Amino acid sequence: MKFTWFNLMPWPYLPDDFREKNRSVWVDIDQKLFDPAKSHEVYNTYMDLLEYADTLGFDGVGVNEHHQNGYGIMPSPNIIAAGLARRTKDAAIVVLGNSIALYNPPVRVAEEFAMLDCISGGRLVAGFPVGTSMDTNYCYGQIPSLTREKYNEAHDLIIKAWTTREPFAFNGRYNKLRHVNIWPRPIQDKPHPPVHIPGGGSVETYDFCIDNTYSYSYLSFSGYLRAQALMSGYWKRVEERGVDKSPYRAGFAQTILVADTDEEAERLYSEHVSYFYNRCLHVYPGFADAPGYRTIKTIQTGALSQYAPPTGGYTELTWKELTEQGHVIAGSPETVRQRMEDLIKGLNVGNIFCLMHVGNMPADKCMYSTKLFAEKVMPKLRDMFPDWADDNRFWTSPLDKRVTAGRLPKDAPTGAELAQTYGVEA
Amino acid sequence: MELKTVQTHHVPVRYFEGGSGPALVFLHGAGGVTADDPFLNALAKTHHVYAPLIPGYGDSEEAPEIRDMLDFTLHSWDVVEALGLKDPILVGHSMGGMIAAEMAALAPNDLTRLALIAPAGLWDDAHPVTDMFSTLPFEMPALLFHDAEAGAAILTAGRNVEDPGFLQAYLVTNARQLGMAGRILFPIPERGLHQRLYRIKARTVIVWGDSDRLIPPTYAHGFKKGIAGAQLVSIPEAGHMVIVEQTAAVVAAIAGLG
Repeated sequence: MKFTWFNLMPWPYLPDDFREKNRSVWVDIDQKLFDPAKSHEVYNTYMDLLEYADTLGFDGVGVNEHHQNGYGIMPSPNIIAAGLARRTKDAAIVVLGNSIALYNPPVRVAEEFAMLDCISGGRLVAGFPVGTSMDTNYCYGQIPSLTREKYNEAHDLIIKAWTTREPFAFNGRYNKLRHVNIWPRPIQDKPHPPVHIPGGGSVETYDFCIDNTYSYSYLSFSGYLRAQALMSGYWKRVEERGVDKSPYRAGFAQTILVADTDEEAERLYSEHVSYFYNRCLHVYPGFADAPGYRTIKTIQTGALSQYAPPTGGYTELTWKELTEQGHVIAGSPETVRQRMEDLIKGLNVGNIFCLMHVGNMPADKCMYSTKLFAEKVMPKLRDMFPDWADDNRFWTSPLDKRVTAGRLPKDAPTGAELAQTYGVEA
Repeated sequence: MELKTVQTHHVPVRYFEGGSGPALVFLHGAGGVTADDPFLNALAKTHHVYAPLIPGYGDSEEAPEIRDMLDFTLHSWDVVEALGLKDPILVGHSMGGMIAAEMAALAPNDLTRLALIAPAGLWDDAHPVTDMFSTLPFEMPALLFHDAEAGAAILTAGRNVEDPGFLQAYLVTNARQLGMAGRILFPIPERGLHQRLYRIKARTVIVWGDSDRLIPPTYAHGFKKGIAGAQLVSIPEAGHMVIVEQTAAVVAAIAGLG
């Protein structure tokens, strides 16, 4: 199993009446609700938490990209990832991901991901989302019905840039480049860093992952019970295509909260869960799905946008309902272990993106929950798929010997010391 | 109106045909057009009307290779050619008006009469065109009609919004039609027309509903200023769907083109 500690980086100061006074947490969210001075501490706390997860033995630390979004203050995940590449030791840096249709030219992604891979010593997991309609169409102005074509071209260009060892010309529809020759290039070059594709039920994305040996990640906030239908569709397609059913072909995001007992979990965390589901997911439906963004084939499968709220909305859902329906897995270590086992077996997923910071959760509670998960739950879930223990097609291959930040001596050497080192005559 | 098909370079194009008189080509807006459209039927009393569907509209085939403004403009000329028409009266509403203006600017010597009805295609920071793509269905009547209540009745006529299959069919239609429209209208319905308007030689009438809340009537002046000799007809008690709300007045304005 691969457990990635993930932080969406929500803005924790949305007011109590946010839902009533604002139409959307995304795209046209009220500028006045963001306080740059407060964000200084928020960003640094969130990065500290990601670094803390590395010390507890999580396999990865995860970041993602959203724009103009009250629950994700990370328009550039690569900036956070660069900090993590320096300050973490062993965890994979899971950037899930860069919305490659938005970068012009997308060579920039090939370069920045290469830098992250080099700085981290080969610890990069590269994510290539199409991006939500809110981000891609409404914030970044991409034409909905051309977004996928542009995405596909960006993907082909990035992979070619990573794997071609001489300059080449790229005559795309959206990118006309005479000299593609990225410098630096990734450490992970067999053939390139592992790629994860976040998907929300687009059938075309299943085949794209299967064709390229990429891991399909379902990033949902509605939990594992509701994900069953979608993931079954994916595994059915995997079977039809006649490839192996390695659980590492799939990933799933799940909100997880651990306490000493089930009661303590509710007492400690319910207000933060409520903050997330009631304020952070308050997205104006007009932004959820620009016409043409999803393909006809996908609409016809009946997959509605993952941002379409359940009937009645989240406001109606109590802690009991949120946990029983699996939106959130919360409780004592034993409760969480059991439910995680159900999730992992039920969905056949080897990559778990653990959403362990929720809404406006303060750092102390988050550390408490994270530590309990790492020490009392994770070890018991490690060997769920012994048959696939050696499958490393979807995970990182770091350098054996890596340097860490801050390894230089505290002080500059004297001239005499340099002379000794380099043998220069005084 | 009869629904027919004509072959063009990219795709077979579906079009409505009816009436007799001088040939008139009508280019529909982003909402599409149907056989029972009151405006088409009114025009057909005095004109031989051709109303081609943009690929992806109605039951017509999609054309993935039509991506940008030039593609739309050339394709629309292809349709005129395929229909065997020379210098028809060209009428466009909203998105269709944008395409018609582009056609007139691209081939100024092939067109002598042009009617632009609340056309898209210009942008003014002081008066932004409403973002129809993020507008929810229930907000549409107030945006499109002077009389929102009557507009709502027109938009929902013959549709059972309670039918569970309705939502999926609605989403598919939207994805096909507005997905295609988005190629020239999203996120801002402007593709450089303002710097090409000067090329238009056709006698032009610009028609606008006074209560247009989608594309404010102030845009009429931009078109009038850009097209030499253009005449402006402002119509009271009409919104963006002026062709439905004040059909006779729009038909009369077009008749003035001769």
